[in-house]
Amino acid sequence: MERSDMVISGFGGQGVLFVGFLLAYAGMLEGNYVCWIPSYGVEMRGGTAHCFVTIANKEVSSPIVDRPSVVMVFNNPSLEKFETAVTPGGHLFINSSLVDIEPKRSDLIVHRIPASDYANELGNSKVANIILLGALIQATEVVSIDNIYLALQEILPEKKKKMLPLNYEALKFGMSNLV
Amino acid sequence: MSKKLLKGNEAIGEAAIKANCRYYFGYPITPQNEIPEFFAKEFPRVGGVFIQAESEIAAINMVYGAAAAGARVMTSSSSPGISLKMEGISYIAAAELPCVIANIMRGGPGLGGIQPAQSDYFQATKGGGHGDYRMIVFSPASVQELYNLTKKAFYLADYYRIPVMILGDGFLGQMMESVEMDGQNDTCEPIPKPWAITGCRGREKQYINTLYLVPEELAELNDRLQEKYRQIKNSEQAYEEYYMEDADFVLVSFGIAARICKEAVDLARDKGIRAGLIRPITLWPFPEKAFADLTRAKNILNVEMNAGQMVEDVKLAVSCKIPVHFYGCTGGLLPSSKEIVNRIEMLGGTPK
Repeated sequence: MERSDMVISGFGGQGVLFVGFLLAYAGMLEGNYVCWIPSYGVEMRGGTAHCFVTIANKEVSSPIVDRPSVVMVFNNPSLEKFETAVTPGGHLFINSSLVDIEPKRSDLIVHRIPASDYANELGNSKVANIILLGALIQATEVVSIDNIYLALQEILPEKKKKMLPLNYEALKFGMSNLV
Repeated sequence: MSKKLLKGNEAIGEAAIKANCRYYFGYPITPQNEIPEFFAKEFPRVGGVFIQAESEIAAINMVYGAAAAGARVMTSSSSPGISLKMEGISYIAAAELPCVIANIMRGGPGLGGIQPAQSDYFQATKGGGHGDYRMIVFSPASVQELYNLTKKAFYLADYYRIPVMILGDGFLGQMMESVEMDGQNDTCEPIPKPWAITGCRGREKQYINTLYLVPEELAELNDRLQEKYRQIKNSEQAYEEYYMEDADFVLVSFGIAARICKEAVDLARDKGIRAGLIRPITLWPFPEKAFADLTRAKNILNVEMNAGQMVEDVKLAVSCKIPVHFYGCTGGLLPSSKEIVNRIEMLGGTPK
């Protein structure tokens, strides 16, 4: 890996910024250079939000991500917005429980995963993002699953530590249900 | 491991606490709200004082008061809010008081937008408020540098008794990078402040004042200020060079735009163009020393997220002996490295 540029995009509240933060944190734990950039603006609950994550083994010169090799989308507008930006041969992760349009490009590795349905099966619709993250790690190996575990342990505040087992389960579920 | 994943805005707060700053007065404005948020949350733990003032003007005058009493103190805002603070900054400069002011710039003029920009260069480096004053202006380009320079800012403010501005932008303030908090050169230990207004029991009365009705006395203040500024110009210029050893095409850029320029230099070098970058870290004093010996340079391209505010400083630094071109964007848009390379090629930066 020289440099991996990723975009995570969806509605506010779907945990898109958190997934990006986890990736960046795990990248840092691995001793890599990382950058995490949120969209900021007149966002509001239910509006679209995205973040850019860069993980590189040398200093990140420009932190701007205009050609990501990995894109994860949680809604239709996000797919429409970022599909064209993905580098040829790049990975596109789609929460197909929520996205009902098809990507137009044929030169991408498309992973359509019904993450919200899976999350409901696990008993908590909020972990759809973590399921997709599991799939992303399985497919791209951009960070190791161990460091995502470690990142979760370090990031989650004490009172949310009880969510750790569910998050682990969601990660594993995502890893084994990669398509 | 002592690395932390921090937003630029949070790094300012962490650095301030590390530098023993215990007073923050501010007023909310995007894109720097994580700074007051940080202090509101963290200061109670270390015995600091956080006040959300009724306005930016009130906040900067609280800074004036706290600095006069000898406290390490800071405020922060974003472009329109910094404009409101200008009167206070002029007073603080005249009173020769130390403080740190962070400006996480957004697009202007007027209320402008909330996306990142670098269009307060003139305001920060050429005065902004009234009178013949200067402040030290730091332009960090990474979250780590934001952390380091904020600490240094407190030290230099005390050392020279001068306001120091951290000039970042919305992009840098919002972005997260890993920050090494320990093992940095700690140039931030407190400096005794015998001039501070701390109550005069047992000593002579002393004053902090900016009103001088006798012209000679005001001239004396100005002479003293100018001497201080000369000293700072000699001692505090800071810059980074990137691939400058053999560069015949020189980019000049500060802050986040300079990061984009680094990528442009890499791309240009891939094409065989001998490009290099000078990145001013202090905007005032402008790092003239970086331009003193540019014998190889045939062209200079200045890249900024504004309409070309640094161009004249670059021209002065090279005494107009090398053509200085400009590429920039305004409104909160970011320059692209590919476009910068296009400009380099258009301007005759040819492969060797």
